[in-house]
Parts: sequence; C-alpha cells; structure tokens
Amino acid sequence: MSATYNGPKVCLWTLDHADPASLATYVANGGYEPLKKILAEQTPATEIIEQVKISALRGRGGAGFPTGLKWSFMPRNYDGDKYVVCNTDEGEPGTFKDRDIVEFNPHQLIEGMIIAGYTLGAKAGYNYIHGEIFELYESWEKALEEARAAGFLGKNICGSGWDFDLHAHQGYGAYICGEETALLESIEGKKGQPRFKPPFPASYGLFGKPTTINNTETLASIPWIMRHGGQAFLELGKPNNGGTKIFSISGHVNKPGNYEIPLGTPFADLLEMAGGVRDGHTLKAVIPGGSSAPVLPADIMMGCTLDFDSVAKAGSMLGSGAVIVMDETVCMVKALERLAYFYFEESCGQCTPCREGTGWMYRVIKRIEHGEGRPEDLDLLMSVGTNIAGRTICALGEAAVGPVQSFIKHFRAEFEYHIANKRCMVGS
Amino acid sequence: MPVVTIDDKQIEVAAGSTVMDAAREAGIYIPHFCYHKKLSIAASCRMCLVEVDKVAKPLPACATPVTEGMVVRSHSERAVEAQKGVMEFLLINHPLDCPVCDQGGDCLLQDIAMGYGGVASRYAEPKRVVTEKDLGPLVATDMTRCIHCSRCVRFGQEIAGLMELGMPGRGEHTEVMPFLAHQVTSELSGNVIDLCPVGALTSKPFRFNARPWELSRRRTVGPHDGLGANLAIHVKGNRVYRATPVDNEAVNECWLADRDRYSYEAINSDERLLTAMVKDGGQWLAVDWRQALAQAAGALKVIRDTHGGNAVGFIASPRQTVEELHLFQKLARALGCENIDSRIDRADFAGQRDGVEWLGMPVADLNGLDRVLLVGSTVRKEQPLIAQRLRQAVKQGAQLNVVHVADDDLLCRVANKLIARPSGLVEALAQVAKAVGAEVEGLGTVVVSEAAQALAASLKSGEKKAVLLGAVAQQHPAAAELHSLAQAIARATGATLGFLADAANQVGAGAVGCRPGQGGSNAAAMFAEPKKAYVILGAEPELEAWDAARAHDALAAAELVIVMSPFLGHGSDYAHVMLPIAAYAETAGSYVSMEGRLQSFNAVVPPQGEARPAWKVLRVLGNQFDLAGFGQDSVGQVLAEALPEGEATVRARLGNGIAGVAVAHLHAGAGIERLGETPIYQLDAYTRRAPALQATADGQAGQAAAASGVLIARLGLAEDKPVKVRHNGAETVLKLVRDDTLPDNVVRVAGSLAAASRLGPRYGEISLEKM
Amino acid sequence: MSLSAASLSQIDKEIAKYPADRKQSAVMAALRIAQVEKGWLANETLEFVAEYLGMPAIAVYEVATFYNMYDLEPCGRHKITVCTNLPCQLQGADTVADYLKQKLGIGFGETTPDGRFTLKEGECFGTCGSGPLCLHNNHKMHTHLSPETVDKLLDELK
Ligand SMILES: Cc1cc2nc3c(=O)[nH]c(=O)nc-3n(C[C@H](O)[C@H](O)[C@H](O)COP(=O)(O)O)c2cc1C
Ligand code: SF4
Ligand code: FES
Repeated sequence: MSATYNGPKVCLWTLDHADPASLATYVANGGYEPLKKILAEQTPATEIIEQVKISALRGRGGAGFPTGLKWSFMPRNYDGDKYVVCNTDEGEPGTFKDRDIVEFNPHQLIEGMIIAGYTLGAKAGYNYIHGEIFELYESWEKALEEARAAGFLGKNICGSGWDFDLHAHQGYGAYICGEETALLESIEGKKGQPRFKPPFPASYGLFGKPTTINNTETLASIPWIMRHGGQAFLELGKPNNGGTKIFSISGHVNKPGNYEIPLGTPFADLLEMAGGVRDGHTLKAVIPGGSSAPVLPADIMMGCTLDFDSVAKAGSMLGSGAVIVMDETVCMVKALERLAYFYFEESCGQCTPCREGTGWMYRVIKRIEHGEGRPEDLDLLMSVGTNIAGRTICALGEAAVGPVQSFIKHFRAEFEYHIANKRCMVGS
Repeated sequence: MPVVTIDDKQIEVAAGSTVMDAAREAGIYIPHFCYHKKLSIAASCRMCLVEVDKVAKPLPACATPVTEGMVVRSHSERAVEAQKGVMEFLLINHPLDCPVCDQGGDCLLQDIAMGYGGVASRYAEPKRVVTEKDLGPLVATDMTRCIHCSRCVRFGQEIAGLMELGMPGRGEHTEVMPFLAHQVTSELSGNVIDLCPVGALTSKPFRFNARPWELSRRRTVGPHDGLGANLAIHVKGNRVYRATPVDNEAVNECWLADRDRYSYEAINSDERLLTAMVKDGGQWLAVDWRQALAQAAGALKVIRDTHGGNAVGFIASPRQTVEELHLFQKLARALGCENIDSRIDRADFAGQRDGVEWLGMPVADLNGLDRVLLVGSTVRKEQPLIAQRLRQAVKQGAQLNVVHVADDDLLCRVANKLIARPSGLVEALAQVAKAVGAEVEGLGTVVVSEAAQALAASLKSGEKKAVLLGAVAQQHPAAAELHSLAQAIARATGATLGFLADAANQVGAGAVGCRPGQGGSNAAAMFAEPKKAYVILGAEPELEAWDAARAHDALAAAELVIVMSPFLGHGSDYAHVMLPIAAYAETAGSYVSMEGRLQSFNAVVPPQGEARPAWKVLRVLGNQFDLAGFGQDSVGQVLAEALPEGEATVRARLGNGIAGVAVAHLHAGAGIERLGETPIYQLDAYTRRAPALQATADGQAGQAAAASGVLIARLGLAEDKPVKVRHNGAETVLKLVRDDTLPDNVVRVAGSLAAASRLGPRYGEISLEKM
Repeated sequence: MSLSAASLSQIDKEIAKYPADRKQSAVMAALRIAQVEKGWLANETLEFVAEYLGMPAIAVYEVATFYNMYDLEPCGRHKITVCTNLPCQLQGADTVADYLKQKLGIGFGETTPDGRFTLKEGECFGTCGSGPLCLHNNHKMHTHLSPETVDKLLDELK
C-alpha cells in the first residue's frame, strides 16, 4: 500500500493543470483575488501580519523563522524606500523546490511578493535567482511582463493608486549568496559577503534601507493564507508548523523529485511516495534538510516525522526540506569529502575560522579518503569544527561543520576503518 | 548612557558604542586585527571574540553594540578558548618567517601570538603560497603573509577615497591586489603599511635595510606642506631609515601623506653638500667652516659697505624653522637690508594685508564644515590629508564647491564647480562673488553662470562654512584679486576665509617677519630688479621662483651669492660660497602650521658631514659682523626671542584681511596658456631628491607636459611623445601626456621642474610644437 | 573596446531595475551579457564594464572572480559544467563526468585542443532531483544524463 497525499497543496497545485505557469491558469483558479481584495478594502498591514502569524508559517529558506514575526520587525513609519527581497538562490545541495515554484507557479510568487510589498510598505522587490538556472530567470521575467500587462505590477496597481514593481536579479554561481545579507551585497553589485548582524535587514537592508527577505516558498504561501485564512494554513500542518511543505528528495530513491505534503508527515511516507530506496538496496543514512543538516542514520530517520520541531529533536534540522537519501553502498568518507569540498569552495573567505577551517577540514578528510589518514585526525576534525561553529559572521561556518561532526559521530567506525585499512569499508 | 561590565570593571559608555569602544575606554585590551578605529567595522578576523553573559556564542567585540547591564568577559576561559582557536586558524597558513620579515618585532600577529604561548601546530597540510603583487615603488608585498583583515582595502575605499586595492577571489583563494598590475597611485598609499597588522605590506625603500628593534624612533614634524604632520623618524647608527606617523587627532590623525613618509630618502641622498665650499677663480674649493664664514662675511661686507644694505637680497625657503628664519631676517636687518622674503613662488604682492595668512580655523574643524568653497587648489596633491578631511566632511553631508583651473577628481562628491583657465580664474570667482551679493566694485560686466548661481546658493545655505584658497590661487598672477574676492564672498556668506599653506613653515615665516620691510623688495622684485648680492637659505630659486629663469639669471649675474643648503644642487652654477646646513631631521627647531600651531622638535640625527644646523650658521655669521644679539646658545633662546609668547605671539600676528585691491583681471586670455603649479613631488628640495617618490605615477606625471585630448588633437600632436614647449622666448622638450581634466587651451608645464626652469613665469602664453 | 549595441541595450535594461545612483547593481548582469557576446571576460572587457557603470575596475574584478560562472580566460565554444555535488554524485554524476573526460580527452578545467569543449566541475545547480546534469554555456541545463544522452548532446554541439 503506497502512501499518498491528496489534500490541498499550497504551492505546486498548478501542476495538476494543463498550462501550470500561465497567468490564465492562475487567475482561473482564484489567483490575484486576495491581492485585489486587499487593495480594494485597503486591508491594514497589521491585519495581514496577524493572519500570517496565526498561520504559523515558518520560513522555508532553512532557519524556520516565523514569517509573521519577521514581518513585524519592519519599521512602520519610515519615510524612505523599503524593499522586499525573495530568495530563490537555492544552492543548498539537495534543494530544488523553489525552482519549481518559479517555473510552474510564478504568479503565486508574484502575488505573494506584491502582498508582502503592500504590507511592509515597500517600493520595489527583487527576486534573486540561482545562477545556474538561466531559464528560470527568463521565464520569471516573462511572468513579470504578464503581470505588468494585467495591471498587477507597476503604477497604480488595480486602480488602487499604489505603485510597486518587481525585478529579477540573476546570481552567477556562489552558494553563499543564499545567505540573506550576502544576497543583498550581491544585489548591490559586490562580492556576496555576508554582513554582520545587527543591524538586521529590517533596519539596514538593501541599499541601506529597511528590507524583508524571505524564501520563495515562504512568499508563495502568502496568497494561499490570505485567501483561506491563517487558521486553515495552520491546520494543513501541525501546531507551530503550519502548512504543507515541499520536500525535495534526492539520492538513492526510485523517484527523486519534489513532493508537497503536510508538515508532520512521517519520513517513511515520503520515502514511499518517492518510490522507496533504490531497488535492491537498503537505507543507510539520510540528510533531512539540505547538505548543511546533520546526517541521521536510517533507524533514527525512519522514526521521525517531517516538521521543524521533530527533526530538531532527532538531532538534525528540517532546513530547506531537502532530503538526501543514501543506501548501504555509500562510503561515508567519500560522501563527506564531497560535502567538505563544497563548503571549502563556497566559503566567502572573510571570517578567519571559516576561510581557514573549511580548507583544513577538507584536506584532512581528503587525506583519510585517499588512505593517508592518521588516528588523531578524527578528534582533530571534531575540534576544528568546534572552533569554527558559532564563531563566524554567517551560518555557513556551522553549515560546514554540521556534516563533518555528524558523519563522524554516527559513522565513526567507518572512518576508523578507513584510517586503519587505508580503504573503504563499503565496496563502492 | 548604558552601564556595562567588562572584566569586572563597570563603565558608562555612550549609547551606540561597541564592546570594543567600551573596553578601550576602560583601558582593557581586546586582541584584534581587522578592527581599526578609523575604518568601518568588518568583524571578520574574529580575534576579538568575547564572552557575553546570557549569549551562547562568543561575540566579536568590535561589532557588538553594548546594551544596558551587559556583562562581558574578554579574558574568561571561554573567551580565551575562542581567541586561541582563531589564532590557530590565522597561523596555519601564515609563513613562520618572522626572522626574515620586515615586520618582525613590529607585528601585531607576532605580538598576539606570543600572548597565547607557543602551541605546537596541529596543522599538517601544505601551506598556502600567494604570488607577489607589484604595487609600485612605495609599497612592497609579501602576500603569503596576508591574514585577510581587509584594512588596506577599506583604507582605500574609505580614507584615500580611491579603491585601488581589492580582494578578488573567494574563500581561501581571496587575494589582496590591485586590478592587474596597476600600481597604487594614491598620494596616501603608504598608510596601508601601518595598517597592515602583519608583514604583507611593507615599505619598499625600507625593505631589508634594518630590523625594527634596532631602530630608535624619534619624533619630528613633516617638513613639506603646512599641515605639520607628526612623524616618527626611525634611526639606526645616525642614519634615517624610515618615517611613520605619530597619532595626533588634531593634525594628521594617524595618517601620513606619502611625501612625509618617503622624503627622508633625500637626507641620505648623494647630492648632500658635506663640506663648506668657496669658488676660487672659477674652481670650487672645499674649505673649513672658519674660512668659509670669514670669506662669506668679508665679501658680503664689501658689497654692503659699497652699495648699501639694500643691494643684497635675502631669500629663504618657507620650510626652514622659525628659529632659522628669525635669525635670517635679523641678520639682514642688522646689515641694513630690507629685501627679505620666503614667498619665492608668488607673483602678486598687491594690497594691504592685516596679518599673516593662515587657515582661519583649526584643521580638525574642517571635518565639521557643511559648506566649503575651495578656490585654486589641486587639493589632493597640495594637501593630501586636508583633502582627506574634506572627503570625510562630504561623507557627513558637507557640500564641497570648487572654483579651479582643472577639473580634478577629488574622490568625493563635488556639489558645484566652475573650472576656468588660469587667466579666467578671477572672472570665475567674480561670478560667485556677484551671485552671493558680495560687496565688490567693478563686477558690473560679469555674467553670472548657472553653475555660479548654484554654487552661490550652496554657500548661502548651511551653518559652518569656509572659503579656502589653495596654492594655485596663492601663486596666481592676480592672487590679491582672488584673495579680496574670496574675502568678500566669505563676508557675504558668513564663511571663514582660510589659506591652505603649501609650506611647512609658511605661517611661521610670516610670523617672524621674513618679509620685506619698509623700502624693501619682495621675492619677485628681488629677481626682477637684480641685486648685487644674494643670501639664500634652503631655497632653490632657480627652480622654485615664480619666474625661475629670471631668478637664475639674476643669481648668475650677481657679484656674490651665498647659499646655505643641505644640497649641492644648482647652487654650484651661480654661488660663490656654499655653506652646508642640516637637513630637516638633523636640526632642532619649530614650525608653525597653517592653523597657527607651534610645534617644536629636536634633531633626530646629527647633520651629515660638516653640515651644521642653519640657526648656528646664521648666529656665527652674525658674530662675523660683530653684530649684537647673535649670542644665543640654544634654539630655545632663539624661539623665545622670535615668538616671546610662543603660540600666542603667532596668533596675534595672524590675519586674512586684505584691502586696497581693485578687481581688474576679468577677461581670460585668448591663446594657449601655461599652468605652472608645483607638482606634489617637486614641492621642495627634499621631495625632488627622493627617488621612490619620483618613481611614482605622480612623480612621473609631474615631469611631463599635459594637455587635454581635444587640444592635443587640435595641435596635431601625439600623446606620450616628446613635444617642444616654447614660452617667453625659451624652449624645452617634454613628454606630452593627455589630461582631460584640463580646460581647453591650457597646458600644464609644472613649476619647480628642472626641465622647465628656463621657461619663464609659471603662467602666461605658451606654445607647443611637434618635434 | 566596446560591446555591441544589442548588449548595451540589454545592460541598460538591467541598470533601469535599480535606483538611479545604484548602477553598480547591474554589474553581475553586465558581466554576464558581456561574456555571452565575447565568450569570456578579458581585462579590457572588465575595464569597459567598470567605466560603463562608473565603478572602480578592481571592484568589477572582485565580482568577476567571486562568482563561479564568469570565465576570465578564453574557453571552448561549448563550456560543459557538470554538477558533482553529493546528491548528483549519488545519482551517478561521477560516472557521467568520467565518461565526458574520457570521451573529450580532457580533465576538469581543460579545453580540447580544437577549442570546441571546455569541461568544468560545478557545485549544486539547485536541480538535484533531475541529476546527473550539466550546464551548457551557463545558459542551458541538460538533465538526467547518462553515457547515451551525453553522446547525443556532444554530437549536437558543433
Ligand atoms: C550559507 C547559507 C545559505 C543559504 N541559502 C539559502 C537559500 O538558498 N535559499 C533561502 O531561501 N535561504 C537560504 N539561506 C537562509 C537565508 O539566510 C534566510 O534565512 C532566508 O532566505 C530567509 O527566508 P525565510 O525566513 O523565508 O526562510 C541560507 C543561509 C545560509 C547561512
Ligand atoms: S562564515 Fe564563512 S561564508 Fe559566512 S561570512 Fe564568514 S567566511 Fe563568509
Ligand atoms: S576585530 Fe573583531 S572580528 Fe576582527
């Protein structure tokens, strides 16, 4: 009996329609109605924020920060420009959900950004799109044109007298630009190096102006909330974890892909929906929330439900909802070497611990993988990790350490075998 | 004001302070690398991690704002553990080459690393190696030592105003470098050496010459512009090895212009005059001091006795000390001579002045101005650190307005500007005067342009304002008219009128009366109507004078020229007696800066060879004539005589007022004209003899003729090729470079340039011809 | 050195997205557009972009070297970037990468002697569900790669 989810979907529902990305499809299914209503009734910002708070929508970008609360940080009586920024940088290995929202339901994201702009008093918004997916940049620009032509963007939106516009900014190959302040620097035309916080973007953001940054999926959820109410969204998921969420499942499953299911769904169900572990193989380990999340062994994972709180309790994090599945053929040293290389390559380089430490960790792991490990290396790696985590400007430091410490913690025997025997414990 | 506790010390600090600010105030040292009090906060080196109560992670002190009741521990176990962790990371890729590093003994990384004991490195991987970068003749690199603190990059962006260094690359591949092999051209570039906490950026001329711990540092004052930068001269075995800034917030803050940092090379130059010399039948003979002085005094006496005191001209450099200039004018006057001046490069002495021209306010107040009118100043090159202060003012919202002869890039926002050719400068300023409604007669025909109108509007608004006259305005043939227009504008707008002194002791020279007395001639007149004899102190009139060729000819024709100079120079062409005097770091004395600040200093090294401090030479010369009042046996005594109340005496003699000048030069010339300002590194005898400065882009540019691309094309000339320059009946060959900041029909052929010294006055008609 | 009128008008469109005093924001797009026209970013191209946007050349260079997809050296007519990050690796990216290397006779970071292909290793493309995958000339993604589909792709790229 295979697990399925047939309830309402917040973001990827257009995929059940013939022409999912079109304005026509979106409008025919009630799209832009919430926006029109808000503009017609001039709904007070506080009311919108209240609904978002009730919905228990938590940021889909990785940290799971309550969106309603974030929005309430924006200064109300600021006379100057303010901005809304959407984070479609999506470079966390394993994550590929936001691209599907932009590709298959761009207008819901546009509407979400417009409502955010209205609520937060912004003058314009930017969507930062992952560098390698140029097709997305083009399709999004096209969708913006459609929205402009239909009077949803630009001057005097829907006859309300309110002006607001959206633009695309294309990344060009730097994972760190997913970090919100690096992303702002990047839009400003600089190297994407994170800023120290405080000040937070809500007071000093894009071009030094108050700015709210949310993930694509977060912003795309807003129209649904405004249409059905915060309570309905909350009830899709579970308390403190409102809504459905897109899980990107990759690795050793039969049907990798995006699955939009309620928060709180057991992992086992998701695995089933994705066709189960590669035929003839058994589950070894899962990274439940993108490459930065600590890895969990199969047994722990199989007992876990997919929501922010449960995964945290199990010792990892839900992060962006990117589930990387590994079967018994995976050499954990080799897998970790690849991840360690990624963080070493992607460190922006400003913080000493991250710049120096990610390279150090990578080189040690590489040595182990190539049969030159030393007995003291594992303790060294743990200790170097401790000296990085929590001591950097942004969370990439922690992100780089999470895999290293968790791989060693849960699969120490495999690493020790590698060091002692100068080869893999698994045959891959 | 929040009260915080740092390492058990309670302290109240201003709201908005960081933990680092608070710790500094409490006298607690928190180790750091990227933090620098004058630069923006990077918070990236992570050395300053401290423990804050109720916060799980250690926080960077430099970037963490204090909050009421905050409890910080900078030396707790957790804090030290975090700091040690960072130190370990910093050292894994840092070459441990302290024994051969120029920074060794002077290195923040070394110092802080020592504090954490010599832990054996746990790093067993290969170390990173970074290729060297060529930053030009002043700054040497050893980029493998770089710890990525980004101070040098932030300095360029925030202080120098010019982003020449950046950090291309990402992660550990990030490297500090300029774009390609471009050299660093900023006139403040050497400051990155002080900022660099390790030995990645060091002084190129100093390289490998001495180890920091062998050097003793002695304080002195910069001898070039009128800022009076405080500097430390590093000495070993009586030789000067380098110069670094000494912090003085009111003067140079913690910075130094490259000029002040590298001109020490001239002290060690092989052009030094090491013995007294007399010319005997056309031959130079080295003689001892007694003979030289006797001969000089004897010859001078003959001329004085036969032709009277006013047959002699006394010309001094405004970079000599207060004490020297005082004795110099005293000697002249005692000999009955009133031809005394230090304003060698000035053309116009008209009008009655009510005192010695000065800045009109403290230097530090420049940062707080909100409206500025800068008249005739190539400010970045004339006053590198004043330009920096104005840049900070602009960042704070000041409106900087410019009336000048070239459209220089001031590296900050300029609110309004009027760029005129030199002969049109008076008219341009007159437009502003008319637009602000200043009381000046004879402006009836002046047509006020839109730009002048906008500039006037800027000056009429705001609170703290200044009208500042730069060197180009002061050297201008109608300088007095510019002065009186500026005065009228200042009065009409409630601004302070100020002069940017281009010489270290320009104000001091005026204050001690190194000026022509009743019936005496000024510098220009002394050469225009040649004297029988000249006494020259420290100056090189054959280069520096308003009309260098004429000055040279007057000197060459004189019956007697006594030159007191640290250098051999061209004096040997025309002098009859050459007396070797101490160079700037070799003598005790005082300077009065442009803000009227009297700064005294000791000699840091003894004079080279037989050279003696000029004040002693002048005193003995006085004795040779049996004059009374030449018995001082210390500079202190001379100073007490020159300025009895010290700075108060100076202040009493200052004044920027002018009267009795009619504005007449309201029509620009028609032909091609010369702009003969003094380039940054041709400023004085020292800069001219500093090879590293001459090798910079500014040094090279100063040697060439420059014109706009439009003019070059119109004259059918070629860029970067030699061109024949004709001026005032003389000609020379210079390289022609393109400079589009120059107005049409203007050719910059610098003054004070050996290659152009036969050309005549600094301004006037000039022509260019193909070779 | 300049860029074509078409490129300049694209850049102008990008500039218009940002506040008037924030032209620098368009630098990433300008470099992308310039790279499409010129094939790679030579120093004079960087200088041109710097001048066009009124920013220091070194600041343009910083951007060009920070983001992976800019090429600061000449590269083949067809730049093939393969994602080898963990999810793709699990789905067979190493096999595809090895096949490409063997077939083209070059390693990552190299160009075939005929100047036709450059091979690069990439980081996560945010499309892991469809891996193994590669990016052609920064603009076109090819998914679900196998030795067979690689053969087909290479044949199409002349
Ligand atoms: C190294 C790093 C990479 C990140 N990458 C992304 C990303 O690709 N997409 C994203 O939405 N958030 C990413 N984030 C999280 C953002 O900083 C930010 O928290 C998020 O965009 C906020 O949106 P949300 O509140 O809607 O989740 C990243 C954070 C870090 C530290
Ligand atoms: S933690 Fe790493 S990626 Fe983040 S700001 Fe610091 S150096 Fe850059
Ligand atoms: S001094 Fe604070 S992080 Fe560098």
